[in-house]
Amino acid sequence: MTQNRSLAGIPANSSAVERMATLVVWLGAALVTAVFLWIIGDILRHGMSGISWAFLSSAPQRSGRAGGILPVLVSTFWILIVALAVAVPVGTLTAVWLADFARRGGRLAMVVKACLDVLAGVPSIVFGLFGNAVFCRYLGLGYSLLAGGLTLACMVLPILIRALEAEFRAVPDDYRFAATALGMSRTRTVTAILLPAALPGLAVGLILGVGRVLAETAALLFTSGYVDRMPRSLMDSGRSLSIHIYDLSMNVPGGEANAYATAVVLVGLLTLINGAVLWLSDHVTRRFHGAI
Amino acid sequence: MCRSRIDSVVGGILAVVSGAACVVVALIFAFLIVDSLPAITALGVRMWTDGSWHPADSVSAGTFGMAPMIAGTIAVTLGAVALAAPLALASAVFCRYYAPGAIAAGYRRLVHLLAGVPSVVFGFWGLVVLIPILARLKPPGPSLLAGILIVGLMILPTIMLLAESALAAVPESYVLGGVALGMGRWAVIRHIAIPTARRGIVTGVILGGARAIGETMAVVMVCGNIIRTPHGLFDPVRTLTANIALEMGYALGMHRSALFVSGLVLLVIAVVMVAATTAISRYPSACCDAVV
Repeated sequence: MTQNRSLAGIPANSSAVERMATLVVWLGAALVTAVFLWIIGDILRHGMSGISWAFLSSAPQRSGRAGGILPVLVSTFWILIVALAVAVPVGTLTAVWLADFARRGGRLAMVVKACLDVLAGVPSIVFGLFGNAVFCRYLGLGYSLLAGGLTLACMVLPILIRALEAEFRAVPDDYRFAATALGMSRTRTVTAILLPAALPGLAVGLILGVGRVLAETAALLFTSGYVDRMPRSLMDSGRSLSIHIYDLSMNVPGGEANAYATAVVLVGLLTLINGAVLWLSDHVTRRFHGAI
Repeated sequence: MCRSRIDSVVGGILAVVSGAACVVVALIFAFLIVDSLPAITALGVRMWTDGSWHPADSVSAGTFGMAPMIAGTIAVTLGAVALAAPLALASAVFCRYYAPGAIAAGYRRLVHLLAGVPSVVFGFWGLVVLIPILARLKPPGPSLLAGILIVGLMILPTIMLLAESALAAVPESYVLGGVALGMGRWAVIRHIAIPTARRGIVTGVILGGARAIGETMAVVMVCGNIIRTPHGLFDPVRTLTANIALEMGYALGMHRSALFVSGLVLLVIAVVMVAATTAISRYPSACCDAVV
């Protein structure tokens, strides 16, 4: 987004109200910046010292007060894999349908979009109740990585679909016209042209979904559970990084140091993801502008 | 475009897959309603009229009043919105109209990062940094105020990013008209930009409020979780979401069903707020029509 050019030229009127407004707006921004730096600075300052190879590669001891987070990392990884393995195929197909097959403004498309809006607005704890009722109890999966992953798959679906649909729509229509002029079916156009053209954008959607899964806690409390042992299968219970932080800080006196270190790992992963999204989206826009 | 046979087949398949989103929404409602029914039929209005929450497996043994927790949810949400909305609007105005390009870009990136910090990390920071500070001001520390500060910080990026894109969509000619009339920068913002962008800003505030209502982990960690209607900022509170997170792990029978009722209440609130934002974005507002 660029600065609104017309306003750069507005004279900085020197009336008292104008000066006051300028001061308040700058102070507001400074306050937000300061608090944010305070939070990140505090996490980094207390957490960095706890990060070591041993921390990342060993199991927690004494409820997490000592030892590392290897089983927690493995559980997080499996929850992520399950969630994406379900949500990415469904999300991609839905996005293709919304962008290139459904009639614009058609009733079915409107219903699907409304459902996606609702899904995006449902609080995560309600997803937790739902996952507990459906996956853990009704389908008999119990507290397991599988149940947690499936719950999060439902949760990231709207985020994935929105991002992917936007990417498909961003592919210039000239591509579609050219394909049609060559007599290609719409299906062929999607598989041969639109999917490859939108691929970097699809990666952005995917990474956004990963970020959402990593950050989630409430939906996992009653689906994947608390167990901090190394999971042996998807049917085992296992705790994610976020739940590890929650448990250490709330239920384990003396768990603060390791909670800080785990928070550094989690925030570090999310910052990497954020950077990847920014880098990829810059890359994509430049490529499309260059292409035409 | 003529549609080949394969297109209609593929289109049909994609449409069916796209129905997954609707199926998930339907399942969420179905399972929440089914698991709520025992409590709704056995307790009925008692869930609103019982003055306290001392749940038990059977109906007669316990009290099931949600009112104190509803009060807690409302207090945290209103406080957080009252705190975040002005700061977010100031931030958006700062990025759009006051900050030089590079600073605006940096600030925007910072807000994006803030938006990506998981709620459990906010909660953890609140627990180890903010609460000791509040406890020194006035014990005990975990309180409504702590919840308002943390949740307010969490919903600020949502409101700010939506307000900023609404401000970005204000036609340049409106702004130039104001400048030509000799209005100062703040006057242009106050009387032209913000009124024109009103709808987007209101949508942002509603979505921020929805996030505040649904927020769970941070609230569990900083609010003290005592079930009592709060009478002041320093009173501990428990919200509906926190109650589910804290009790779902061991709840059985009527108790579990009562928790699903509170989940159902949250779900209905979420749907209403989604519907409100959709309605706002769909219908043209009188203000914009009059200006054009």
